[in-house]
Amino acid sequence: MRLVSLVLIPLLLVAAPASFGQSKFMTKTGRVTFFSTSIIEDIEAINNATAAVIDLNTSQLAFSVPIKDFTFKRTLMQEHFNENYMESGKFPRATFTGRFVGLDVSTLSTAGTHQVKAEGDLTLHGVTHHVTVPGTLEMKNGQLQAFALFSVAPADYGIEIPLLVRENIAKIVSIRVILIGDPVGGSAAPVSRSASPN
Amino acid sequence: MKTLQRTSSFFFSLAVLLLAVPLAHAQTDLLGQLEKETVDPQKREVVAATFKGTHIINSQSVETPGKGTLAFLIQHRFGTLNSGAYNFFGLDQAVLRLSFEYGLTSRLAVGVGRSSQEKTFDGFVKYRAIQQSTGTRAMPVSVTLFASSAITTLKFNAAEDRNRTTASRMTYAYQALIARKFSPELSVQLMPTLIHRNYVATAPEENDVYALGGALRQKITKRTALTADYYYLFGGNTASNFRNALGLGVDLETGGHVFQLHVTNSLGMTEKFFVPETTGKFFSGDLYFGFTVARNFTVKSQI
Repeated sequence: MRLVSLVLIPLLLVAAPASFGQSKFMTKTGRVTFFSTSIIEDIEAINNATAAVIDLNTSQLAFSVPIKDFTFKRTLMQEHFNENYMESGKFPRATFTGRFVGLDVSTLSTAGTHQVKAEGDLTLHGVTHHVTVPGTLEMKNGQLQAFALFSVAPADYGIEIPLLVRENIAKIVSIRVILIGDPVGGSAAPVSRSASPN
Repeated sequence: MKTLQRTSSFFFSLAVLLLAVPLAHAQTDLLGQLEKETVDPQKREVVAATFKGTHIINSQSVETPGKGTLAFLIQHRFGTLNSGAYNFFGLDQAVLRLSFEYGLTSRLAVGVGRSSQEKTFDGFVKYRAIQQSTGTRAMPVSVTLFASSAITTLKFNAAEDRNRTTASRMTYAYQALIARKFSPELSVQLMPTLIHRNYVATAPEENDVYALGGALRQKITKRTALTADYYYLFGGNTASNFRNALGLGVDLETGGHVFQLHVTNSLGMTEKFFVPETTGKFFSGDLYFGFTVARNFTVKSQI
């Protein structure tokens, strides 16, 4: 009996990293877009350089969004966004770190999208808030596709909007996240693939 | 037997430890791992917004309208502040320049303008040859090359100017705009300048006028900044008969506009005028109050 456990434990140790590797998904080209709709104008920006990692084994996930990589329709808007609103020189990245609540990994093996909830700390403009974000996960062709749509109030994150343009920028900004994560092997280098065009 | 039991329990606890440590680590620092893998501190990044807008006061700045952006500029100068109450301290008089600037690429821009002074049309090309950047192979300065030509369309005086050609109406300006953003607040620009005039009225006047310009922007709040620009004329006939152009101003940013308010001793708003033809004595009150308003239109969306 003890001999068996003696043999089993090293086996387990060897096997564990392998099963870990299967559960971890990563991308460096995730897409984050945001839009703000007001009476005067719609503002939209796209970022295709979001790094994210999702570990299904531990239900953990983390995001890192380089702020300067947001592209706007208008060049002046992009400049204002970096210079005045997000102060991207001082706060170059927005991050999210948290975990899935009540995620049953086994359901992911069935086809189709699965509703999930992620809970954690969202840091924007140097301000951190605990948020709960609904989203979906889907396993497709060995890749983990994650999608989320949620809202953020700039005022909550210390982003001042001057009186003169207060009518141009919505109080609530919608944020959409689309990730296509590739599996990360135990020691294999992470492979990054570009996000779907839309 | 006892040894084996001890050994196996040791192995078991070791196994638990080995399993638990990476797990706990992963739980607390997944973000740290992610950033370690993806954030490259040596990433080359272009320094943006050295100046607000394509003009500082009189001078052009290193900035160009972004790709696909059309900027419409209204530049205005009232009369001198010391012209007295009868002229409402200069506000009765007005000189205007209207211009369009378009960003063909993120680096190359073209523009056209019309000044009411001497009914002058001008056209220019601006190219951002070097952009200040950080990271690997950091570039300490931005250099923008600027070339403009201007044609005055005033009617020739029949008696005096009977023999003047159309070419004699032309003036050219060449500048290298060299700027550095020292901090998010402070930007400085140097401008070696050559003005070539095809025609000058008298022999001692120079066809080629050389000058060195200097300009700075100091932000005071997120959306306001103090600006200054100055042109030093190199010795010669022009330097002895005309003044160095000096401007002091303030930049106010709003959503889609940049308002630039200033006082300067130069009435003209293009290189042809303010470099070789400035006459006002700044500290004697020959100050023209003026403003530049830029409105940007997005012709081609970036996304």
